[in-house]
Amino acid sequence: MKIALESFEKFDPQHLPEFEPLAPGHRACQGCGEVLALRLAAKALGREMMVISATGCMEIISSAYPQTAWRVPWLHVAFENTAAVASGVEAALRIMKEKGKIARDDIPILAVAGDGGTADIGLQALSGALERGHNFIYLCLDNEAYMNTGIQRSSLTPYGAATTTSPPGKLSMGESHFKKDMPAIAVAHKIPYVATVNPAFYLDLMNKVKKASLIKGPAYIHAFSPCPTGWRHEGRYAVKIARLAVQTRVFPLYEVINGKYFLNRKISKPKPVREYLKLQRRFAHLTEEDIEIIQENVNNEYDRLLRLSQAVDLESKLTTSFQEYIDQLKLQMDEAYQKLRAEFQHT
Amino acid sequence: MPTRTPMEVSIAVAKAVQQADVDVIAAYPITPQTHIVEHLSELVANGELQAHFMNVESEHSAISAMVGAAAAGASTFTATSSQGLALMHEILFIAASLRLPIVMVVANRALSGPISIWNDHSDIMAERDIGWIQVFCETGQEAYDAILHAFRVVRDPNVVLPMVVNIDGFNLTHVIEPIYLFEQEELGDYLPEHRQSLKLDIDHPITMGPVGIPEVYTEAKKQVEDALINSKQVILAAWQEFGRRFGRAYAPIETYRVEDAQILLMTMGVISRTAMGAVDRLRDAGKPVGLIRCRLWRPFPLPEFREAVRQASIIAVIDRHISLGAHSGPVGQEVRSALYTLPNRPQVFDFVLGLGGRDVTVHDFLEIVELAEQYATQGPPESEYTLIGLREV
Repeated sequence: MKIALESFEKFDPQHLPEFEPLAPGHRACQGCGEVLALRLAAKALGREMMVISATGCMEIISSAYPQTAWRVPWLHVAFENTAAVASGVEAALRIMKEKGKIARDDIPILAVAGDGGTADIGLQALSGALERGHNFIYLCLDNEAYMNTGIQRSSLTPYGAATTTSPPGKLSMGESHFKKDMPAIAVAHKIPYVATVNPAFYLDLMNKVKKASLIKGPAYIHAFSPCPTGWRHEGRYAVKIARLAVQTRVFPLYEVINGKYFLNRKISKPKPVREYLKLQRRFAHLTEEDIEIIQENVNNEYDRLLRLSQAVDLESKLTTSFQEYIDQLKLQMDEAYQKLRAEFQHT
Repeated sequence: MPTRTPMEVSIAVAKAVQQADVDVIAAYPITPQTHIVEHLSELVANGELQAHFMNVESEHSAISAMVGAAAAGASTFTATSSQGLALMHEILFIAASLRLPIVMVVANRALSGPISIWNDHSDIMAERDIGWIQVFCETGQEAYDAILHAFRVVRDPNVVLPMVVNIDGFNLTHVIEPIYLFEQEELGDYLPEHRQSLKLDIDHPITMGPVGIPEVYTEAKKQVEDALINSKQVILAAWQEFGRRFGRAYAPIETYRVEDAQILLMTMGVISRTAMGAVDRLRDAGKPVGLIRCRLWRPFPLPEFREAVRQASIIAVIDRHISLGAHSGPVGQEVRSALYTLPNRPQVFDFVLGLGGRDVTVHDFLEIVELAEQYATQGPPESEYTLIGLREV
């Protein structure tokens, strides 16, 4: 796997591939950050890949028969079983190649689902597919609520957000739980690759998807996906909000390779979360105290990630110093040996 | 000649799946289908079947993985029972709509609640409208043969639909019976290679499972219905060809001692054997009683059924499922509606028995015939169906 990553050629912003597996002309809302993330992910994989889609916005906007926006093989079955379907596709390609029925089994399989389809109703199927070790990429397009059915809260809806089923009221300040840590759940399956991506950092997104396709085994990619309709912001702010999510440390960009955390973008001077929240009307009802709670949670989560990534640094330092120690020891032993030998010859 | 070996029916079923050279098997443990997939996993583990055996985390994922594998062009098999089939429910319709040639054994078992691991037909009767071809088996030999038929039928380019082979849980799956197993060479080209024209293929990209807007949904449904109805001729041809080659002929509606029968018992599955015992006794006593057994349940063989009952005056339909809140069991409803438009139709009485593994005996059938005669002469019962063997509680 290490070799695959070292020899991995990154995308060049001046020479991005022209082929768009997800064609323009689909029915996504203006300013949709989710379709942007999906388009970039698909673009990173190119013509030779297959997409397995959950029920949701991305399915309905791209596939209404007799039209389709997909220029690559695409399969939609149901809401909660995307990972299971993808695992069936992968198993089929592998055994049919083994039996000489098809020529290739190295075709990337991109399984796509939203936050509800991943963290709620599809969690079991995802867990099963990750545990079985299928060679596929699972892309969670997280727009933080059930947008396709009309902005109902999911377990990935952030603290304080107003949705149609977590409305603020006399007794409510909106969503009262913090987001489930979905990447950590994926990491707990001890899969080779987990990453977070954000369409505002498009090269990082495309490179991570490409990298995921080169790694053998399951890869889980969690994509920040602004939803103007559900988050109640102007369409033109989608990328700005996506960028702010990283700059405020609300959505840190990191990779977990074989269980080791790498913080890809250290934000040393973070902007206050208020700047991220104020552009979205789903947070408009929050009080100063609420925002304080969110800021504190963001700080804690970032610190945790930082410590996890520093653990990797520390480990490598330890490894290095241990090696140095061994080398020194060898040198000393060598010297002692030479000395003894000289003495022996002398006598 | 093939050898006749005493074996558990589940093992014979697994053997047929092996002979069909499937590519992907997904399974989740549920009694009483387990012996089938356990044996298949052994065959794979020993290199006797080159297939990918997926230990999935639920039946929902089993059927979902089968859909994915079949969409990628693989030959697929799974087996389930009862709650497992119920958990698959939503995906079953989609598998038919996507026209995927999946073969599944349902080892029929009662649905909860109360929870019961024992045999009846309530699991599959809740899935009548899924768009899959559905057959019921009476013996182990038939179960083995039915798997071979199934793979031939679903691989036919004029069918390309999924198929359920119903095998009564325990009462058939766990029975040890002498079964003729073919040598692979004997089967010859009876089983065609699995070739699928429409599948996930990077050289010919297609969109599978798109949104059906109101302008197309009706037509899409009608296409599945047409495919299912049209599959009958392929199924009949597969059975005829099997009879020609191997000497065992099968029909959508089987009959037993129906010559001049005034009263017909109608059964499905393994209890038909017991019903034959009752028919023999009644015939010996001079009563004009015969038996018809429905093997092909979906698509329902309407003309064959009408022909089979043409001369009878009474049909006693046996249901192994209670259709709560309806006026009779599902087979009873089916039979009544199949006959309603005919100018001269027999009287139909519906009997529900053998629920949740309750023993079905020859005496039950004797009682049913007696009751049916009584209803015919003295007027129908208060309820449109009769529950046999109900104890006072």
